[in-house]
Amino acid sequence: MTDVIERRETDNPDARLHAAVASGNRPARPNAAASTAAFATRALLRIKHVPEQMFDVTVFPIIFLLMFTYLFGGAIAGSTADYLQFLLPGILVMTVAQITIYTGIDLNNDIRKGIFDRFRTLPIWLPSALVGALLVDVIRYTIASAIMIALGFALGFRPEGGAMGLFSAVLLILVFAFSFSWIWTVFGLIVRSEKTLMMISFMVLMPLTFVSNVFVAPETLPSWLQGFVEINPISLLATAVRGLMHGTATAGDVLWVLIVSVVMTAIFAPITLYLYRNKN
Amino acid sequence: MEGLQTASPETEWAVEAHGLVKVFGKHRAVDGVDLAIRKGTVYGFLGPNGAGKTTTIRMLATLLKPDGGTARIFGHDLSREADDIRNRISLTGQYASIDEDLTGIENLILMARLMGYSRREAKGRADELLRAFGLEDAAKRQVKNYSGGMRRRIDIAASIVVTPDLLFLDEPTTGLDPRSRNQVWAIIRTLVRAGTTVLLTTQYLEEADQLADRIAVIHDGKIIAEGSSAELKASVGSGTFHVELANADDRDRAAAILEKRLAMAVFSAGDPSALTAQVEDPSLAAEALGELARERIAVSDFSFGRPSLDEVFLTLTGQSVSPDAHTEEES
Ligand SMILES: Nc1ncnc2c1ncn2[C@@H]1O[C@H](COP(=O)(O)OP(=O)(O)O)[C@@H](O)[C@H]1O
Ligand SMILES: [Mg+2]
Repeated sequence: MTDVIERRETDNPDARLHAAVASGNRPARPNAAASTAAFATRALLRIKHVPEQMFDVTVFPIIFLLMFTYLFGGAIAGSTADYLQFLLPGILVMTVAQITIYTGIDLNNDIRKGIFDRFRTLPIWLPSALVGALLVDVIRYTIASAIMIALGFALGFRPEGGAMGLFSAVLLILVFAFSFSWIWTVFGLIVRSEKTLMMISFMVLMPLTFVSNVFVAPETLPSWLQGFVEINPISLLATAVRGLMHGTATAGDVLWVLIVSVVMTAIFAPITLYLYRNKN
Repeated sequence: MEGLQTASPETEWAVEAHGLVKVFGKHRAVDGVDLAIRKGTVYGFLGPNGAGKTTTIRMLATLLKPDGGTARIFGHDLSREADDIRNRISLTGQYASIDEDLTGIENLILMARLMGYSRREAKGRADELLRAFGLEDAAKRQVKNYSGGMRRRIDIAASIVVTPDLLFLDEPTTGLDPRSRNQVWAIIRTLVRAGTTVLLTTQYLEEADQLADRIAVIHDGKIIAEGSSAELKASVGSGTFHVELANADDRDRAAAILEKRLAMAVFSAGDPSALTAQVEDPSLAAEALGELARERIAVSDFSFGRPSLDEVFLTLTGQSVSPDAHTEEES
């Protein structure tokens, strides 16, 4: 194929190569915003080229919502429509929490494939590689939320908090997910294989999402479990999101989620950046 | 050439390393490496798999903290001035260090943006490099669909979006067909003509011979020989004479005859019916073969050629490269 190109070109390929090599002038290094934008663009291009990765964000939540509404709706709440009012905010929280692990998986793949080394030898603001990717992940979470809510409406979900309630609920989920993602970037940097990472995330997410108030009100649980359910960050978020959507949230509900988010970011973001810089 | 003016005349050395050490667990992967690489030259780092080439390069490229020793890149201290160093270097890793899901042009634009080019300049630079590397027809294809040679070229292109003052190339031609290998060699030569210093690792003596001004042979984390290709060859012997005997029982007798005739040490490694010697003069080897015939020692095969890496190692370390083929007595 190269033969064809070389014959078609009129100028000498050696001269062309030399000219290209000699004209690689170094511009001023990019500022943090520019390099973050470059990494965000990369993540968007990856969605374009690997649309399968959106499968988990779209199909998975739809199946979950349908399954739980019709399988358990009758048994747990007596009617599917009533259960949906309770379930949808929780399922939304659970879905977004689950897709946060892809942040860690993507980073882990970069490390194993060597592109991570290339980024680390660049004279740029290093966190931009992570922040750029996380910003695009927020777009994924938004898409997942929009799909769930739209489907919910079709099934009879009628939030009493109105548009403002929905909007602030989704915003709160995004803040939480962004903070929660830093846990996976830490594991993504430590763990050797994607398999191990999936296993760890499963072990963390299973108890967090199922032993929570996502599916059932905690009052129905044995008391020793209630303790865990009440401090489980996923429960805190589900409570706040449910409250915001139905217009019953207290400032305390929301504040707890914000505190948990700040604490997670404060702990795991610096660890991530340290590991990123010093990874062997 | 303006791109290269960043090289202020602070020192004549691109790399100066003293006693670099890297330990993984108990294993000393790099064990006291000294290096001095003059600006504007190609330095070849030659050694078998596991010798410590990649580990050394990763330390010099600021990716791995040395456990001992010091190094300066263009006079900047490796441990204290990593950012100054990153402004001057570029790395093409042993395995493709680009995003295989993205297209060729998207990868180059990403790199150009990360280097500080504006959106428009980045596109222009990417186009220019794709043309120069003969990849314009593949520009809009995902890199995962590239052939091995194309992948290597896009990888190197991504490393020279801004022409680096020092380029690390880790086994740039391993696994490539001869045609792709020649293309990579042409790119390296062009870079050097434009003033870039190149540190390349390789497992092939021929490659180091073709490209490098100086060569270091690394083995078990230590540099066991260093010099120009001519100097190394002189120390190894300019030609390798290899004889395969029809009958392994003749080996000791044949070794004695060859040793006398060639006035050189004769080695026997691995294969019990093979003998190897370093010989300057091919006619001497021909005479030795005649001598074997007169003594009625049947030869099933023989060759005379450049020393292979295996043979360089044999001579330098008295050890074979492949761990299962150990050297026996130097008869
Ligand atoms: N991250 C690591 N952890 C443990 N051992 C390593 C690591 N990287 C390299 N090694 C070991 O160090 C030695 C040198 O490896 P390397 O520098 O990759 O050699 P080369 O590039 O010459 O093939 C090998 O024995 C390898 O197994
Ligand atoms: Mg290597």
